[in-house]
Amino acid sequence: MENIEDFTINISNLSFSRGERSIFRDLNMQIPRGKITAIMGPSGTGKTTLLKLIGGQLLPDAGRIELEGDNIPTLSRADLFEVRSRMGMLFQSGALFTDMTVFENVAFPLRVHTDLPQDMIRDVVLMKLQAVGLRGAQGLMPSELSGGMARRVALARAIVLDPHIVMYDEPFTGQDPIAMGVLVNLIRRLSEALGHTSIIVSHDIQETLGIADYIFLVSGGSVIASGTPAELRADESEQVKQFMHGLPDGPVAFHFPAGDYQAELMKGL
Amino acid sequence: MLDRLQTLGHIGLEGLSALGRSGSLLAHALIARPQPMVMFPLLLKQIYFVGVLSLVIILVSGTFIGMVLGLQGYTILVSYGSEQAVGQMVALSLVRELGPVVTALLFAGRAGSALTAEIGLMKATEQLSSMEMIGVDPYRRIIAPRFWAGFICLPILAAIFSTVGVWGGALVSIDWLGIYEGSFWANMQHSVDFYDDVLNGLIKSVVFGFVVTWVAVYQGYDCVPTSEGISQATTRTVVYASLWVLGLDFILTALMFGDF
Repeated sequence: MENIEDFTINISNLSFSRGERSIFRDLNMQIPRGKITAIMGPSGTGKTTLLKLIGGQLLPDAGRIELEGDNIPTLSRADLFEVRSRMGMLFQSGALFTDMTVFENVAFPLRVHTDLPQDMIRDVVLMKLQAVGLRGAQGLMPSELSGGMARRVALARAIVLDPHIVMYDEPFTGQDPIAMGVLVNLIRRLSEALGHTSIIVSHDIQETLGIADYIFLVSGGSVIASGTPAELRADESEQVKQFMHGLPDGPVAFHFPAGDYQAELMKGL
Repeated sequence: MLDRLQTLGHIGLEGLSALGRSGSLLAHALIARPQPMVMFPLLLKQIYFVGVLSLVIILVSGTFIGMVLGLQGYTILVSYGSEQAVGQMVALSLVRELGPVVTALLFAGRAGSALTAEIGLMKATEQLSSMEMIGVDPYRRIIAPRFWAGFICLPILAAIFSTVGVWGGALVSIDWLGIYEGSFWANMQHSVDFYDDVLNGLIKSVVFGFVVTWVAVYQGYDCVPTSEGISQATTRTVVYASLWVLGLDFILTALMFGDF
């Protein structure tokens, strides 16, 4: 992991805040090329925000986010749109366009970014839909799909331009065990077959540990631990242990900060 | 006292910032290299949703308002013995005022709120974000065609409103109240001027089309992406757009017909 060439994304000294609230302080992260990297951490630590920063949808207060040599925050709007054609992103809700069929949703990036003839677009779309197992659903509207199916269609759309990087925002949240298994399998298989860099943001520990090559644990605005799944499992620090084993109380307290319990009860109205 | 001053300042700053955001939204959406091949089908689709689907409410309201004008005009004018002038009264009030204004108000309620809710829901379901991540500018793809559709449709709807209104007035005055048909139409023809009345009314509806659609797309794009946020934004669209229409109507009327 020492050679800079081995990283697709290099984040250095990143700081970001929303209003008064600081989300990241001096965050550093290197995402290895061609691997599945997971960014994990408790809810509300800004994992999704990090993906939006990488995608250039938000601008950081300070720091660099380098993607294959381009510093994302300094790009012009036109350059940013060009860089985004090398990224695929799977949103938590799938975010399919509700006024288009499944086929048109997957074809959309091709129609916008390429001049391919119609029959070739059709072939590519059908191949991607076949890869996620939904070639038969090509004529359906997004409202006719189950949550898991919608996410698979969104995955087909995210990889239709053969991006260098695919970002997954909470891909397993709210899925039944079968759909979850299908997704875990797909992410792994597609990553191996297409060789792109995958970034998964999640707090589903078991599923994520099962497919990730490398993990960053983010809490309180910075990386508190990183390593392979095995390394993190063996980590002895309190914070890492609490998260990895899902303990209800620890450094992340069960109680929201409050005044003295007895005093408040005695005070009455 | 200091608190009130602070609140006033806060409201002022909020207003300015909203104006800035909405201005930048419009600039981003409209100032760009034209792509007729991409834009035209999108525009047609929006004209259908925003314009064609508003036709029924415009036709029905226009007819009834024209009929009411005919009836009210007759009952007032008949006491002066000048009920023959009801044609010109109906036509002038429709073409100068009621056509553009009522159409804009109905349009804000029917199409404006739908635009806000649609864009807001796209934001809430991350469709706008995902479009951005695919590398397509939602300003161009979502905002621009909707804005142009409203801008184009409102003047046409206002013209249709005035036309069926005149027809409704004629229905009541001639067929029901028995005013002589010849003087009804002749009075109207004589007193309605193309530049002073028809064109000024058209200019009004163009301005209203611009403002109502602008408010609608801005409120949708700027809303808090939750169900509560969308419902508030939809309400705001109707309220703000209506207030803007009524306020601007006074200013435009003063500029066009005021004698100073």
